[in-house]
Amino acid sequence: MIYIRNLTKIYHSASGNVRALEDVNLSIEKGDIFGIIGLSGAGKSTLLRCINMLEKPTSGSIEIDGVEMTRLSPSELKEMRKKIGMIFQHFNLLSSRTVRGNVAFPLEIAGLDKRTIDKKVENLLELVGLSDKADNYPSQLSGGQKQRVGIARALANDPKVLLCDEPTSALDPETTLSILNLLKDINRELGITIVLITHEMNVIKQICNKVAVIEKSRVVEQGPLIEVFKKPQTETARNFLKSVTLSEIPKELKDRIENLSHEHLEGKIIKIAFFGEITTEPVISSIIRKFDVDTNILYGNIDHIQGMPYGTLIVELRGKNGETDAALKYLKDLGLDVEVIENV
Amino acid sequence: MSETINLLLVGTWQTIYMVVVSTLIATIFGVPLGVLLMVTDKDQILHNEPLNKILGTIVNIFRSVPFVILLIVLIPFTRLLVGKAIGTTAAIVPLSVAAIPFMGRLTETALREVDRGVIEAAQSMGASPFQIITKVLIPEALPSIAAGVTITTINLVGYSAMAGVIGGGGLGDLAVRYGYQRFMLDIMLYTVAILVAMVQLIQFAGDVLVKHLSKNR
Repeated sequence: MIYIRNLTKIYHSASGNVRALEDVNLSIEKGDIFGIIGLSGAGKSTLLRCINMLEKPTSGSIEIDGVEMTRLSPSELKEMRKKIGMIFQHFNLLSSRTVRGNVAFPLEIAGLDKRTIDKKVENLLELVGLSDKADNYPSQLSGGQKQRVGIARALANDPKVLLCDEPTSALDPETTLSILNLLKDINRELGITIVLITHEMNVIKQICNKVAVIEKSRVVEQGPLIEVFKKPQTETARNFLKSVTLSEIPKELKDRIENLSHEHLEGKIIKIAFFGEITTEPVISSIIRKFDVDTNILYGNIDHIQGMPYGTLIVELRGKNGETDAALKYLKDLGLDVEVIENV
Repeated sequence: MSETINLLLVGTWQTIYMVVVSTLIATIFGVPLGVLLMVTDKDQILHNEPLNKILGTIVNIFRSVPFVILLIVLIPFTRLLVGKAIGTTAAIVPLSVAAIPFMGRLTETALREVDRGVIEAAQSMGASPFQIITKVLIPEALPSIAAGVTITTINLVGYSAMAGVIGGGGLGDLAVRYGYQRFMLDIMLYTVAILVAMVQLIQFAGDVLVKHLSKNR
């Protein structure tokens, strides 16, 4: 659907050249919700704007639906942009128009007749749940409602692609969730490919099926979300994942483990990270049954990405030496990611 | 007494005529000029460095010439345009010429206040530069443009006082010729009172208009 090849963007300024993007390659397939995550200044915003040519790439190619974007004439580009919706962190609604007028705006630009516009606007407002606010002005809406208007407006010309520029960064957590769910519904029901940039791993985790990590103008890692969650390849990715998974043991727990080791008991404290179906297996009870060990669950959490459970357990295993080792081996053989934190 | 009233009525009418017509002309030409100044500037939708520089320079030249001098310098141009160089109608030409660049700058400033993100959003929808100007820039900046028209109108009331130099008449001319040169203090006071009332009224009307236009924003 969207293929970005060797994309480079250099800003020329009096104080010298700034490389905003360096040799970026991305493949976004039809139906994807593709997340691009990076810290501010990493280049994600420039990358998103290169897709619809709001920023002209210095070199490289961007192909959308078989069309090479970098070679379009101004009028061809205008036509193409009508098929690429975009929503913004600060919504960018027209303050001079009502909700209805804002949603009608792209349809007026496309030159549709008033009857068609009115009908489409009604449907779009219904889709985003704002039919009762049609005659309100943006200043009378909450942030979440403004973003819904933005989404309705972006969908007006039946786009194939929706570009989202930090769509939830100005919203509170609850509103964020409702906007992300709306985007997910749009992706599923209308089959629109979504490209989303954010600095929050939580947003990626909620809706994306693929993710690219961008750092210092380069894409340093990309792939299916689950792969990146399971085996992050770069430090940057691991840092982002820290915010949504337990990769560090909470301090209180560390203190408790310290205390335990002072009690001179025999055993091990292990961390089990699990992913996917294995979560539904009763692993803990089966090691108790199969081996002569006692278990004590010190910490646990389970979350879901893409409907797949993943989580972390910290367990204290106590038993005769050979038995705890055998139990450990058994867990590893099940395909679990097991790590001994402390030999007590 | 009735002669004084008559003088004041004629003067008031002449001032209103000059100010209203030149405000209209200044708005008709000044707003598009302001649009051009804004859109051709760096990083704007129709960036055109040479055009922007030329327009900017012309505007600055006209704004730096004192109005009294402009009145005289423009005499040949006025004659070409309205067929005569003196009189109330003739005075409208230099008044408009002075007010167009002023209105242009005020419009330019008003348009610069429009959120860049909104322009970007319109671009992302495939809007042409013309559509961005007519559907985004001007509607979004309309309250500020209206405030600019108010300021221009009041400025023109002030400029119109100098119209007497080319026989344009008006309240300012009345104050100079009767109030000052003939020591008729009452006429001087009346004209000033009418001018003050006129400016108050224009400002009030302008404020009401701006408030109406920015309702709900």
